Amino acid sequence: MIERLQALTIKKQYNARFELSCSIDIKKGPLYTIVGPNGSGKSTLLRILGLLEQPDSGEVIYYQNGMPLPNPHNNTEIRRKVVLVPSRAALFHETVFQNAAYGLRLRKIGKNICEERIMKALNEVGLAGKENINACELSSGESQRLALARALVIEPDIFMLDEPTASLDPDNTHIIEKIIKDKKEGSQQIMIMVTHNLYQAKSLSDFIIYMYGGAIVEVTAAGAFFEKPSTGLAQKFVFGEVY
Amino acid sequence: MDFLLNSIIKALKLITSIDPELIGIVILSLKVSGLAIIMATAISIMSTLILDYRDFTGKSFVITLINTFMGLPPVVAGLVIYLILSRSGPFGFLHLLYTPAAMVIAQVILAVPIITGLSYAAVVSADSSIRFTALTLGATPLQASLKIIRNSRYSILAAVLAGLGRVMAEVGAVLIVGGNIAGYTRVMTTAIALEADKGDFELAVALGIILLAISFTVNGALFWLQKKDKTK
Repeated sequence: MIERLQALTIKKQYNARFELSCSIDIKKGPLYTIVGPNGSGKSTLLRILGLLEQPDSGEVIYYQNGMPLPNPHNNTEIRRKVVLVPSRAALFHETVFQNAAYGLRLRKIGKNICEERIMKALNEVGLAGKENINACELSSGESQRLALARALVIEPDIFMLDEPTASLDPDNTHIIEKIIKDKKEGSQQIMIMVTHNLYQAKSLSDFIIYMYGGAIVEVTAAGAFFEKPSTGLAQKFVFGEVY
Repeated sequence: MDFLLNSIIKALKLITSIDPELIGIVILSLKVSGLAIIMATAISIMSTLILDYRDFTGKSFVITLINTFMGLPPVVAGLVIYLILSRSGPFGFLHLLYTPAAMVIAQVILAVPIITGLSYAAVVSADSSIRFTALTLGATPLQASLKIIRNSRYSILAAVLAGLGRVMAEVGAVLIVGGNIAGYTRVMTTAIALEADKGDFELAVALGIILLAISFTVNGALFWLQKKDKTK
């Protein structure tokens, strides 16, 4: 099981205006939430940490039993230990059950375990009884809950969420937040989330990673971050002056 | 007007009497076009997968070529295959000219660019978040491409039906490479051309009605699939 991930001086240039440049060390257990204004590089950092994008320089290292895993980007087995739920996850033109089973089928998980995990996850996200309907018939809130269930069933070592409740109503937001909260209790996973919702970040997170202009400005315990951010930029962000 | 009406009435009588010659021609047409479309579909799906999954030098040229060949005149295709399969051609030793096999080859060559071109267009225009989502769930790039193809299956089926419509209706290529031999390589379109030349409109009109009915069924299915795809 992967217990730690490190990004060492990673750099990613997108255009003349935007460059991501940072280092970070994340351990399993606590929920890390990346916050920051639009264009600060939150989602890009998440994609790089999740091996979905290669940095131009620097490296992402995963540790298992204290040892770094070699060449994770080109190793499908290592890549499959990570799951990222995108902010606008696409659903496949299949049933709810088939959607939820996709990641498990890629990992060649047995049929019985598949069914057991899927039914449990669909129950958790409030989609029990809808497993045989076409996923494209779901509402946007149900779709996002299915995307979450599809990731949960995989039981990955590294679990990432990119704005999991973006443009959802309060009911759906509450359901998803509760799932995340339950998930992190006694979690042995590395959990990282990106959100714009500061209330959500405050209530769910253990640590806050604050980003600005492609750099990590500070990594602080959530309580301390919202009470008294240590940097001027973070203070302005928390108190609503930088957006 | 009477002449046209008489021809239609006689043709309908011929159809309802289950004329053996007419049935033989229809069955051969369905066999040749059916086999051609199965082979063309397999080739086209593989080609679409490669075009979507791989980046290679000359990819844009290949795509342009496929799009160009979507409008390939059947007589030109027939002529080229004739030259290749004729006794002095590079594949003359196979003795395929004037056989149903040559007709299948001609129809495959006509159908592949249509099915590949339309399928690739469907895959390219598919929601890019499908690929990203598949990758986030642990798919390899090849598995992500397969997922996009599966997700675009209604559009690809529509492309297959468009290909089927094209090969069922074409006359030039099968006439040149098949030779329109009665009971062996005579299909609906070549029979219609011949009977019309002879002034025997009974069989020609009967075949025309069947061809139209098949075309209507194929287009009906195409419309239904497109509608189904849009509602998903």
